[in-house]
Amino acid sequence: MTRPHEDTLLYLDNVTVSFDGFRALNALSLVMERGEMRAVIGPNGAGKTTMMDVITGKTRPDEGAVIFGRDTDLTRLDEPAIAALGIGRKFQKPTVFEPLTVWDNFLLALAGDRRPQFTLWARETEAESDRIEAFLATTRLGDLRHRRAGDLSHGQKQWLEIGMLLAQDPQLLLVDEPVAGMTDAETAQTAELLREINRSHSVVVVEHDMDFVRALGVKVTVLHEGSVLSEGSIDHVGADPKVIEVYLGR
Amino acid sequence: MNRFAVFFCVVAVVGGAVTLAALNLNTALGSPWHVPPYVVSLVGKYLCYAILALAVDLVWGFGGILSLGHAAFFALGGYAMGMYLMRQIAGRGVYGNPVLPDFMVFLNWKELPWYWHGFDNPIFAGLMVVAVPGLLALVFGWLAFRSRVSGVYLSIITQALTYALLLAFFRNDMGFGGNNGLTDFKDILSYPLQADATRAGLLVVTASVLAFSLMLAYAIVASRFGKVLIAVRDAESRTRFLGYRPENYKLFVWVVSAIMAGIGGALYVPQVGIINPSEFSPANSIEAVIWVAVGGRGTLVGAVLGAVLVSGGKTWLTGALPEIWLFALGALFILVTLFLPAGIIGAFRRAPAPLPAPEPAE
Ligand SMILES: Nc1ncnc2c1ncn2[C@@H]1O[C@H](COP(=O)(O)OP(=O)(O)OP(=O)(O)O)[C@@H](O)[C@H]1O
Ligand SMILES: [Mg+2]
Repeated sequence: MTRPHEDTLLYLDNVTVSFDGFRALNALSLVMERGEMRAVIGPNGAGKTTMMDVITGKTRPDEGAVIFGRDTDLTRLDEPAIAALGIGRKFQKPTVFEPLTVWDNFLLALAGDRRPQFTLWARETEAESDRIEAFLATTRLGDLRHRRAGDLSHGQKQWLEIGMLLAQDPQLLLVDEPVAGMTDAETAQTAELLREINRSHSVVVVEHDMDFVRALGVKVTVLHEGSVLSEGSIDHVGADPKVIEVYLGR
Repeated sequence: MNRFAVFFCVVAVVGGAVTLAALNLNTALGSPWHVPPYVVSLVGKYLCYAILALAVDLVWGFGGILSLGHAAFFALGGYAMGMYLMRQIAGRGVYGNPVLPDFMVFLNWKELPWYWHGFDNPIFAGLMVVAVPGLLALVFGWLAFRSRVSGVYLSIITQALTYALLLAFFRNDMGFGGNNGLTDFKDILSYPLQADATRAGLLVVTASVLAFSLMLAYAIVASRFGKVLIAVRDAESRTRFLGYRPENYKLFVWVVSAIMAGIGGALYVPQVGIINPSEFSPANSIEAVIWVAVGGRGTLVGAVLGAVLVSGGKTWLTGALPEIWLFALGALFILVTLFLPAGIIGAFRRAPAPLPAPEPAE
């Protein structure tokens, strides 16, 4: 299995996933360049979250391959192995570790040794504290560092989860609906944050909010019934009659 | 659960046990200060239960693994100790056989089964107290956690495990004394078990083991490992996407917990003077879970408190109104679940201050 060209980071090749005969992904193919940010949109049930499940090892496809980097087939690996390769994920429903403090949430996310024989003896190093301070600043959660993550507002949890994703220092970030439940101002800040993250990371963002996608200003892939319906700039896909039909004709 | 509560509990347990032992040994029989020997053994028994409760809290409170079979590990540790105590009888049994325990002579056995060899040596027996529950937990946990069995399914399997062991140990041909179990012990490490000083000594040893277990459990849950464990308890799949392997975290605490329970069982047997298959009964494991729920799940100190309070209540109630104990236990569990969902310790925890409103975006 080879990737289309040198700079390809992620290559989904004819991926099909069926649940009891229903095809959540239907021969889906998608190519992402290294350093790219890609927005994925599509109506409810289009298969956006399922696509992330396949990339991160949660769901095994019935057919097709997912190639990461030069030649790693992700469909042969499990979730921790894929995470160790440098793929991080933010879930549609924000999931942070609620009983732990904001600080400890960052601590567990920080790139480092994940084995029990290490964590049993691990002492927090100065380098680790410095990095956590930096992420607290980026996510504006500095004043809440000692609070239980469960006490945060919905928007703050979203930010914490994005911050934790950064702390993992992955090559590729998969971000599922980051602005759901956010105010307009928070949404604008999040778009800004993602653009900043994209300077050093490749990012896939799934989102319904069109203003947000427009603010990102990146290439858009429209999914529908498990396959790519249209691809291009937001204005290009917005003018595509197939897309208009799917969005308005329902 | 904090450092101060753990420290306070350690001091109370060890201090209390030493005081009881001293009052038992150093005061005259008629003195108002005298502590009768049966109280010493009774408290020793409660502290063994507290070790079991601590083991349950470690896996349930912090790892989210609701074991309904932890008494199995307790009983296995108890049987290993019982085998040592049986071998200590050597020649002083009813039949006077120099090697074979009485029940084997009664069954007309001619020689000691292979798995009884070595148990005359206290060091070997001590090793088995740790190894048997530890290995069983390792194999069981490896299979269960690797295949991602969790929740109710795991609870049911643990219950089945202890039930299977119950049935096995009932059989005479297993070589563990069948129905009657192991009893009529004479001495431990050559100290007579009936002597007050031995019983007082056992109480202090039990208290020290409990204190050590509490500190060990605290060290585990307060470490970075413990934070990962809590994360696994509440959002297992999320930890996988962060690159952790939850099965390894669960397996480690599961084995530590089983060993802890086994040691608790080993200390229990010389103080109650008998171990029989009823220790494997599923109800015992469920009772241990109730102790933890009453004291406060995930608080460690609460597990100790719950075990002592509920077993104390059981002693009193089974003396006063034996037929209502099970109803009382059921009612207690329901009341605690409804009105004290975080247990006794949880109810005393200070509620977190309200969070400042999220800062308005500029
Ligand atoms: N585990 C599963 N079992 C059965 N069906 C599933 C499963 N996961 C997803 N599906 C179905 O697959 C389809 C695609 O779901 P998916 O969650 O990927 O959609 P989505 O594009 O993320 O939608 P949304 O915008 O609502 O989040 C849906 O019809 C969903 O019901
Ligand atoms: Mg979705």
